Amino acid sequence: MPKNEKIKKVLVIGSGPIVIGQAAEFDYAGTQACSELKKEGIEVVLVNSNPATIMTDKHMADKIYIEPLTVKTVQKIIKKEKPDSILPNLGGQTGLNLAMELAETGFLEENNVRLLGTSPEGIKKAEDRQAFKDTMEEIGEPCIASKVVTEVKDALDFAEEIGLPVIVRPAYTLGGTGGGIAYTMEELEETAANGLDLSRVHQVLIEKCIAGWKEIEYEVMRDAKGTCITICNMENIDPVGVHTGDSIVVAPSQTLADKEYQMLRTSAIKIISALKIEGGCNVQFALNPNSFEYAVIEVNPRVSRSSALASKATGYPIAKVATKIAIGYSLDEIQNEVTKKTYACFEPVLDYVVVKIPKWPFKKFLTATRTLGTQMKATGEVMAIAPSLEAGLMKAIRSLEENVEDMNLPKFQKLSNIEIIKELNNITNERIWVIAEALRRGLTIEHIHHITTIDKFFISKIKILVDMEKTLANTPLTPELLRRAKELGYLDKTIAKLTGKTEDAIKKMRTENNIVANFKMVDTCSAEFEAKTPYYYSSYDEENEANANTGKKKIMVLGSGPIRIGQGIEFDYCSVHCVWALKEAGYETIIVNNNPETVSTDFDIADKLYFEPLTKEDVENIVENEKPYGAIVQFGGQTAIKLTKALTEMGVRILGTSEKNMDRAEDRKEFDDALNNCGIPRPKGETVFTVDEAIKVANNLEYPVLVRPSYVLGGQGMAIAYDDKEVETFINEINKIAQEHPILVDKYMLGKELEVDAICDGEDILIPGIMEHLERAGVHSGDSISVYPTQNISEEHQKTIIEYTEKIAKELNIIGVLNIQFIICKGQVYIIEVNPRSSRTVPYISKVTNLPVIDIATNVILGKKLKDMPYGTGIYRRSEYVAIKMPVFSFEKIKNADTSLGPEMKSTGEVLGVSKDFSEALFKAFIGSGMKIPQEGNVLITVRDKDKPEILPIAKKLEKKGFNVYATRGTAKYLEENNVKVNVVEKIWEGQNSILELMHSGKLNFIVNTPTKGKEESRDGFRIRRTAVECKIPCFTAIDTVNALLDVIENNKKEEQIEAVNIIDV
Amino acid sequence: MIGYLVLENGEVFEGERIGYIKDAICEVVFNTSMAGYPEVFTDPSYCGQGMCMTYPLIGNYGIIPEDYESKKMWMSAIFIHELAPLPSNFRTQKTLNEFLVENEVPGLTKINTRKLTKILRNYGTMKGMLTDDITNIDKIIEKIKNEKITGLVGKVTCKEKYIVGNGSIKVALLDYGAKENIIRCLVKRNCTVTVFPADTTDINVNDFDGIMLSNGPGDPEDCKVQIETIKKLYNSNKPIFGICLGHQLMGLATGAKTAKLKYGHRGPNHPVKDLETGRVYITSQNHGYYILEDTIDKQIAEVSHINLNDGTVEGLKYKNKNIMTVQFHPEACPGPQDSEYLFDEFIKMIKNKR
Repeated sequence: MPKNEKIKKVLVIGSGPIVIGQAAEFDYAGTQACSELKKEGIEVVLVNSNPATIMTDKHMADKIYIEPLTVKTVQKIIKKEKPDSILPNLGGQTGLNLAMELAETGFLEENNVRLLGTSPEGIKKAEDRQAFKDTMEEIGEPCIASKVVTEVKDALDFAEEIGLPVIVRPAYTLGGTGGGIAYTMEELEETAANGLDLSRVHQVLIEKCIAGWKEIEYEVMRDAKGTCITICNMENIDPVGVHTGDSIVVAPSQTLADKEYQMLRTSAIKIISALKIEGGCNVQFALNPNSFEYAVIEVNPRVSRSSALASKATGYPIAKVATKIAIGYSLDEIQNEVTKKTYACFEPVLDYVVVKIPKWPFKKFLTATRTLGTQMKATGEVMAIAPSLEAGLMKAIRSLEENVEDMNLPKFQKLSNIEIIKELNNITNERIWVIAEALRRGLTIEHIHHITTIDKFFISKIKILVDMEKTLANTPLTPELLRRAKELGYLDKTIAKLTGKTEDAIKKMRTENNIVANFKMVDTCSAEFEAKTPYYYSSYDEENEANANTGKKKIMVLGSGPIRIGQGIEFDYCSVHCVWALKEAGYETIIVNNNPETVSTDFDIADKLYFEPLTKEDVENIVENEKPYGAIVQFGGQTAIKLTKALTEMGVRILGTSEKNMDRAEDRKEFDDALNNCGIPRPKGETVFTVDEAIKVANNLEYPVLVRPSYVLGGQGMAIAYDDKEVETFINEINKIAQEHPILVDKYMLGKELEVDAICDGEDILIPGIMEHLERAGVHSGDSISVYPTQNISEEHQKTIIEYTEKIAKELNIIGVLNIQFIICKGQVYIIEVNPRSSRTVPYISKVTNLPVIDIATNVILGKKLKDMPYGTGIYRRSEYVAIKMPVFSFEKIKNADTSLGPEMKSTGEVLGVSKDFSEALFKAFIGSGMKIPQEGNVLITVRDKDKPEILPIAKKLEKKGFNVYATRGTAKYLEENNVKVNVVEKIWEGQNSILELMHSGKLNFIVNTPTKGKEESRDGFRIRRTAVECKIPCFTAIDTVNALLDVIENNKKEEQIEAVNIIDV
Repeated sequence: MIGYLVLENGEVFEGERIGYIKDAICEVVFNTSMAGYPEVFTDPSYCGQGMCMTYPLIGNYGIIPEDYESKKMWMSAIFIHELAPLPSNFRTQKTLNEFLVENEVPGLTKINTRKLTKILRNYGTMKGMLTDDITNIDKIIEKIKNEKITGLVGKVTCKEKYIVGNGSIKVALLDYGAKENIIRCLVKRNCTVTVFPADTTDINVNDFDGIMLSNGPGDPEDCKVQIETIKKLYNSNKPIFGICLGHQLMGLATGAKTAKLKYGHRGPNHPVKDLETGRVYITSQNHGYYILEDTIDKQIAEVSHINLNDGTVEGLKYKNKNIMTVQFHPEACPGPQDSEYLFDEFIKMIKNKR
């Protein structure tokens, strides 16, 4: 079946902000979808609220709406654009849910819009718990004993019937939000109630717990003719019980005989056929490790995180092919992008092993529960490709950038044997290191398997690594042993450490014995056919396949690794744009990255893709093979910046700002000198290494002070300290993480924060715009509501900002981009921070100013001058549109994470509100972030003493609007004294009129809670904030955010009235 | 212990010896299956060949005798990247190494299987020798070149006829090296299968409802006797289903010609298009020869299936006959079970005829 010619204009729905469970993989999928549709001559209308994405770039679609992903807004866009079709299965669960709502209400039919790909009935059969179960029963595929309930009581009754433990799975939620395993009736009661609240359709599934079974996934594709293929199967090292997004996953499956492999493959194909899916689908199975018994856990009738992983693991472009199927093509009509000779209708076979390890945000949330379960907690993931499982594990571990390079986690060395065994029983993000330590202590594979239920095969692989450590430490290093260690994935650095030699000595021994990394191609077919995919991984087997040469000058772009809080999809945006600009300028491009979810690791972005860890040695291997003319590090976040020194030592030219000048921005003393040279003031502060030094400096500066490690991103470990005790706590926390760099102690200044991204060519600068933060200094810029253009900044201050930007950019010899954080305090402009690299606001500012920032910067890096380009110098023209960036958090996913905002970044994603009118833009940003704007109702206020004066006008406004104000005793007293009518609630945790009762009553619209100092979780504030998350009550911890919300409430906008803005017209 | 694989073209691979210690000369081929090595290793069609597994981790789940496709290993040697030190699966009975020793089959591990695969792909299938001593390479190459690997069907077929199953449908199976799962697929469908040695010439077709021509090793043109028998069967008007070698022999019996593929199709992922429905099935394949499309008499047979990768003939339907033959393996093992429905078609054909 060729393309359906009736399809002329398609609406693509994106997945919205990055949250846990829905990350960059949907930008990758959406970007592939849009470019395929465009290639087919179809007009593409795109809606996505996330400005940090590549898919929302001007050339990706014909019309782009960075608008809230709500039914009303999408309806408005459909009415305006009149697409004939809608592509729902590439925008994650968000896109699919939205499309389903539009279909179910009859809106699509009324407006003659067809749903491409799978039919609504098919989607419903996969998504709706009962319908899914019925369908599986019809086709004879086993499910786990389960029942859909809508009442807590029914959940309890059913558990009585099938026995505990049971798993609670809410219907229609992302990444299993609100689910969990209940071992007792009390736990079930709580989990079921929470799950019911979170489910869009108020349904949860109660099912028999089969924890310990093997968890296997299949990625399947089907076309309208009924042809089905499986792209990949994957085996979770962590058995059932840990969310697949939080599991270490290998591809292909390792412990399945062909009988099991084919049994599950056949089942997956039967399922996709029964659901009549046209496109991609993911089927998850649980397989009893002691029999052929299996059960279908879940089916995702769409492109998913697993399909992104499968695409990168195999080289098969799932999203691209799914899009082609959706517009009518059959699999045998779609060309295989890898061989260019055969068709997309085949099953990839691998001749390597792929290992995925999730990246968790626990370093950000010290109070969070690290236990893994059915609720996904990871923000991102890394993938590694290697000829052996051991090397795959080792590569993946070092790709995580957790300062761990092997199977050794020092903290477990201190534990006693009994403690290690105890630790083995806890399923946490560090379990593989616990297993390694247990093996080191002599526990048997059998014993560890018995405790963890992890397959003995995987434990035996960890044992091989542990044994190698011992051998290296205890026997003389021969070339044979060295080769074996390299084959197992050990870095020279680790071998050096274990053998007591230097890294250079190891490198020398390797070179002398020709033990060098060679690169192999990912070709989808295990070398059966000739392929030209420029997609490589390293191996210590002989024969190097990465020897294509275009003859052009080569430039290497370092990627940004896994998605984490503070370093998200924005940096992938920058890396990809840099590659595109370099290609345009006639260079051969090489990208190095290890994140399977991203656009940058698509093999047709750069001329060559090296899927490798971003460590010195791994990068050096590539440098030795490619001998690039230069490298660009300023777009890959801190991950790439960290490699600058190593690259310089390898003799690689750093294109753009030099290593020395980057250091001048980071090194406290040099930076102070630079600012002094320019006559720019900055908050006073000093560099320290120890607690005593810090306390001395803090007292000299006078409290409060800002304590932070240098060379970090996203404010990790940064905190405001109000007394000596806090300084001590914070410094100790920072020092827990291996820290080579000094700690900075600065005077904390309360004031307006502003941010600038700029491009400098050494002579001129170009500032796309100045952004103003709604929250005052103290809240991390990534967690602040950011407004472009500035609304409340005087002409004079703006001039100063531009002047300072130019001065410091030139002083630091910036070539390329830089990001500066300013503060205006008591009428004076200060620079707080200069980042000699791309920042998280670059995609956003690029889109709203229509200025291709990365493209310009790349050309500047290549030697072009701003004055020779058509964009001008100085500050770029001010847009008539206001664009407001609103942070989005994933607190409900991370149990016990403190939600209060501060200098350490906590948001996982962002949405944009765009309008000519400030308050409309703000309104859009709020609803885009998922906030429901109340016009009446109930608000709880509980703030620390020093915030009380500021909360008074807020309370008054709320009262005037007709809200009932609730407050805890202290706050209530203050408000009452100032003539606000208040309902007092007791700061106790049970009984009548308690805070808990009020929060569970469901009547609170939002809560204002400003955190008291300290980070202790035992405080009432922490409990209030966590309970708010669990009850899904928005809880604001910064007064400025509440003021912004009040503006929106007072304006009383209706979603029906707002105008959807095509960003291309801005 | 170090061992070498010397290829006909002079290429040498050094590895570590596994399995039984002896030299072996074989035709070196590769298989791309990621699971199912016990099935591959016991498939009689690989008789005379040395197997390079492209997937690097072999032996992960040990050896499971109930998954054998025949009673023993017929291949001459195996070449793998890594032998799993600790196999794990609930059905595991022994390690791959124990199995190799038991079958007196030598092997090499820790060799660069990707490089070997690429050589075979680029230069075509060639012979090679597994040995410990490479002091005189020229002599080894000469020895390899002189080695004739023939008479394979005679080696792998059953020595005497035997009967499996107790169903109402009587099927005669000509065993050219049949995989067990062909028999299992028939028995599962209510057949009594009488298995005949490959050189049987006098089958009383009236005793049977249908005839099954099995897979098997080697060059189909070597099977002169078998071709003559098949000519008789063709004229009998009995429903016939041929797989792999059986498919090629039926072609040769009816005037078509076969040729050798450069490096064969061996793996679990070959897309085959059913020309009648337009649907594509992923099939398991293992063959070095194929029927040349333009030698098929259009009056006798029409192409029913083609390979989507290289367009070669994958299936034939014989005109005015109840005969269908396929080049791929609907019995899978290892590989996808998607085309097992062809056994149903065969049974349907038999029932319609009855």
